[in-house]
Parts: sequence; structure tokens; C-alpha cells
Amino acid sequence: METSPRVQTDELGGPTIRIVTQPAAEEGVQPGVRDDQQGLAATLPADEVVFDLQALSCFYGAFRAVRDINLQVPRHRITAIIGPSGCGKSTLLRSFNRMNDLVDGAHIEGQILYHGVDLYADGVDPVEVRRRIGMVFQKPNPFPKSIFDNVAFGPRVAGFRGSMDELVEASLRRAALWDEVKDKLKAPGTALSGGQQQRLCIARAIAVEPDVILMDEPCSALDPIATLKIEELMHELKANYTIVIVTHNMQQAARASDVTAFLTMGDDRAGYLVEMAPTATLFTRPDSKLTEDYITGRFG
Amino acid sequence: MATGTPQQALSTTDLVRQSLAGRRLDPRTVAFEGLLLLALLITIGLLITLLVDVLVDGIPVFASRGTDFLTSNLSSSPERAGIAQGMVGSLSLMVFVVLISFPIGVGAAVYLEEYAKDTGPTRFINTVIRNLAGVPAIVYGLLGVAIFVGALGGVTGGRSIISGGLTLAVLVLPIVIITTAEALRAVPMTIREAAFGVGATRWETVRSHVLPYAAPGIFTGTILSLARAFGETAPLIVVGAIAGTFRYTADGLVDQLRGPYTALPTIIFGFSRDPDAGFRAATAATIIALLVVLLGVNALAIFLRNRFERRW
Repeated sequence: METSPRVQTDELGGPTIRIVTQPAAEEGVQPGVRDDQQGLAATLPADEVVFDLQALSCFYGAFRAVRDINLQVPRHRITAIIGPSGCGKSTLLRSFNRMNDLVDGAHIEGQILYHGVDLYADGVDPVEVRRRIGMVFQKPNPFPKSIFDNVAFGPRVAGFRGSMDELVEASLRRAALWDEVKDKLKAPGTALSGGQQQRLCIARAIAVEPDVILMDEPCSALDPIATLKIEELMHELKANYTIVIVTHNMQQAARASDVTAFLTMGDDRAGYLVEMAPTATLFTRPDSKLTEDYITGRFG
Repeated sequence: MATGTPQQALSTTDLVRQSLAGRRLDPRTVAFEGLLLLALLITIGLLITLLVDVLVDGIPVFASRGTDFLTSNLSSSPERAGIAQGMVGSLSLMVFVVLISFPIGVGAAVYLEEYAKDTGPTRFINTVIRNLAGVPAIVYGLLGVAIFVGALGGVTGGRSIISGGLTLAVLVLPIVIITTAEALRAVPMTIREAAFGVGATRWETVRSHVLPYAAPGIFTGTILSLARAFGETAPLIVVGAIAGTFRYTADGLVDQLRGPYTALPTIIFGFSRDPDAGFRAATAATIIALLVVLLGVNALAIFLRNRFERRW
């Protein structure tokens, strides 16, 4: 009864899309049991789970922005979080590396287990968390410093002792930016184009050798060509990193991700998880009517 | 507008031109513009009158005596009186103001903006600081008399440069805090997030990013508050600058700082009250000296702001 996920991806993406995602389904996740989140979890071996969210709710003061999320993020895959504006996608993502600690009044209930460790437990240092779980933001935000210093800042504060020149070059190469900036490493990062700035931010994130890269709508301020470059880059990076990307661009989620989680907003304005499944499955045979309506453009 | 051509088959272009043409003279627009212009002219007119008056009286002093007026000591004879002690006194006061209000003010602002949580007490403190910036200077002067001249007289030497400097430092402290806080707030949150995102601590984020990017604004604000302190008269009169003159003695630096002194604004006050009509010119000349210093300081602030202004 099922067609191959590969074919579905191609149908969605069309022939011009060069990124052919290989859905995670083929290895770990069994489509078919996905309607039950516990069932999805049960199919992933423990060491393949990077994040395990258990009844996670996120609050800003008394306002609950995200409610009761149970989901798992597989290792070395691209997990996309999609959903309508204001449904708490970014809030959810920012709880993964405790970035929301910076917002007064923000707190969570439930648990986020990172390789089995509760990220919000007493004694967990958010600085250490963010060293391992890097972040790329919606609007490119390079420091108003040189390209070199942008990349070198993270390693410096982490106490990196090796050759900074080599590390900066390697990071820029992995971010597919080296050839464009190798002759102007002293130039300010803010002088680059938007797409280059975002790749610089990715280079900055991977320079500290994180385990996970969180991306919060990384292409929303970029043109289609720059967007495609970032997507290609993500595809290359997933060999070494686990990537979680928030996007409101469904085509992007369909093109670039392996697994997709769909969130929407309840009557209490709190976002909740509707379903999570291998991307190809979610976009072709969603379980929920809500998901179907959203991906076919009937709302959101 | 419509020229008297007979109404025959006008082209679209002509019709559009006709309909776009009418330039009405709206009396309210004219009246409003006139009022605004009047307000501006009154302001400029007053300033120019003041300046011209001072220049007419004061320039002859510099013309006849040159820098002698700047380098001479105070004297009861207007022909020989100079403002050297006032220059030295004012500059000494400024050193105190900078050394005290800059570190304390910037520190307090960094704490309020970067460290303190946005709670009720924090907001209350912010409100208090804003109000303190509007408290009349004379009140700070009385505070200085009570605390620095009185309670701490044993340390400060009573009505001394130290007391005056501390009083002025406290006076500008709220201004330094407010301008610094504004400069810090102008650094986008995304920059802090970027630094935290690669695993920087708050200290590393503030030291490597927030403070350097806010520095031009902080310096500009500090310089402008310095200018404010430089021209402040009332608190100095209360804490005793008028009482004495700066002594060039063989005493050590500390003794000099604990001794009597005077400053440019208080000299202006003193000269202007002197019954000898000859001091009228000296008053104007001192005002010119004070204005030149103030203009220089403000120009420096503007230069710094333009030179290092950052766009995000």
C-alpha cells in the first residue's frame, strides 16, 4: 500500500531540486506506527536519539506557549519543525539549548533529555549546553567584527589551543564560504551579502564543534539562490551533525528534511504537536486532517 | 489652470494634467508653518542676542590682554584679574567627575541592563534614576554640604576640590547611567544571542561584544554629562567654591585637593556681583572662556558619535 518515500520526495520537490533527501524512515523509523509518539520512540535505538522531549511545555510567565510535546529527534538527521505563525516553533527550538533562559519569566515543565541527560536539571550549565548545541538564527547576526573574529570567537571562549587559522579555514570550508572570503578574512562580517552572512553564522556555529545545530528559520531573510545554498549545506552537514530546523516554508521542509514535526495552535493559543513522521510520509499521507489542511495550504 | 481652450476632445494626458495641477493655498498650512518658524526664530534670536552681548563685552579683554587673562590669578583690580585658578579648579573638578562617575555609572548601567532581571524592584530603580536626573542641581549641592563637607569633612578637608568634585560626580551619575543604559539597549538582542549561542558566558558576551559596540554611545554620553558638570554653578557655590581661591603652595597634591578652590562658573558668579564696573568685561571674558571649553567638549562628543556610529 505504500509507495517508496524516495519517489514521493521527488514528486514534491520537482526535478530541479538537487537535494534528494533520504528519509530517515528507511533506517530507524517505521512509518505506520507514527501516530503514537511512544510508538515512534520505540522504533529508534536509544543511541540514535539526540533529544527526547517528555511532556514538554514552555511558558513565558503565566502564558503557556507550547504544551505537552512528546517527540524524539534522531541523530545525524535533519528534523524540521513546521506549523503556522505563532504556534511556538521557535520557542520549542530555543528550549533545546536553553536560549530561552535569557528571556525573563521563561520556564518549562516536563523534560528535555539530551542523550538521556535532563538539560534543565540542577547543575547543568547552560553555557556548556550551548557549546554542544549551537544555533543559527532567523536574521543573519554576524558580530560587527572581522570574518575571522566572527568564527574565532566561539573557540576562543571555549579555550581552544590549536591553530586558530586552521580551525577558521576548516569551519569556513565546511560552511561552503571559504572560497568567497579567503582573501578578505579581515573584512567585517557585516559587509557580506545576506546569504554569505548566514553561512558565516553557520561557520561560527560549527567552529566550536557542536553536536547539534539548531536553525531558526535560517532562510527566511534570504533569496531563493542563497536558500538553496544553505539547504545544500545542511545536507552536507548532517553527516556530522544533528540538525533541527524551524521553518514556515513547507517546500523547504519537504526538500531538505528527513523527519518533520507539525505543530499547530490550540484554542488556548498554546502550540502542540499534531504529528511527527518521516518527511515523505507526512507530506503525502498525513494522519491528521489538520496536517493535511496545512500542507495543502488550506490554513496557516 | 485650465487654459481657456474650448471644451473639445481633450486628450487623456490633458485631462490628467488638469486634474493634477491645482495647487491650493491652504491657510492652515501657512499659519502652522509660520508659527513653527516663529518659535525657531525666537530661540535663535535669544541665543544670538546673548552671544553678541557677551562677545561685545568680552572680546576687548582678550584683544588688549591676550592670554594674560587666562594665566593671571584673581585680583581685586579688574585690569589685572585673571581666571587661571578657575581653569585649574574646573579641570581638577572634571578629573574627579570622570574618575568617579564613569566607572560607577557605567557599572550600574551594565548591571541594570545586562544582569538584573526585569522585576518590579528593577523597574522601580530605573524610575528613581530617571527622576534623580531631573532633580535641581542645588539639591545636590546641599547633599554635598551635608555629606562631603560635613560628615566626611575629615577626609575631604571640608569645602575643598574633593568635596566639589564628589558633589558634581553624584550630580551627573544619573545622567551617565541613563545614557549608558541607552547605548547598551541599542545593541540588538540578536548579538547577545549570537554570543551566548556559541557558548559564551555573560561576562564574555558583555566584555567582547556588548560593551565594545556600546562604547561610542557610552563615551558620548559621559562627555556630555561632563559638559553639564563643567557649567554647573549652584552646587559649587553651596559647597564653597566661591569661598576661596586655588592656592599654589608648596603643599603636597593631597593638601591642595583638600584646600580651598574656585571654578570658572563660580568666578563668573563672583565677577558679576562685584560692584566695580570694570568687572563687567571680565565677566563676559570668563563666559567666553567657559563657552569655548563647552563647545569644544560638545564638538568632541559629536565627532565621536559620528565617527563610531554603528548601523545594524
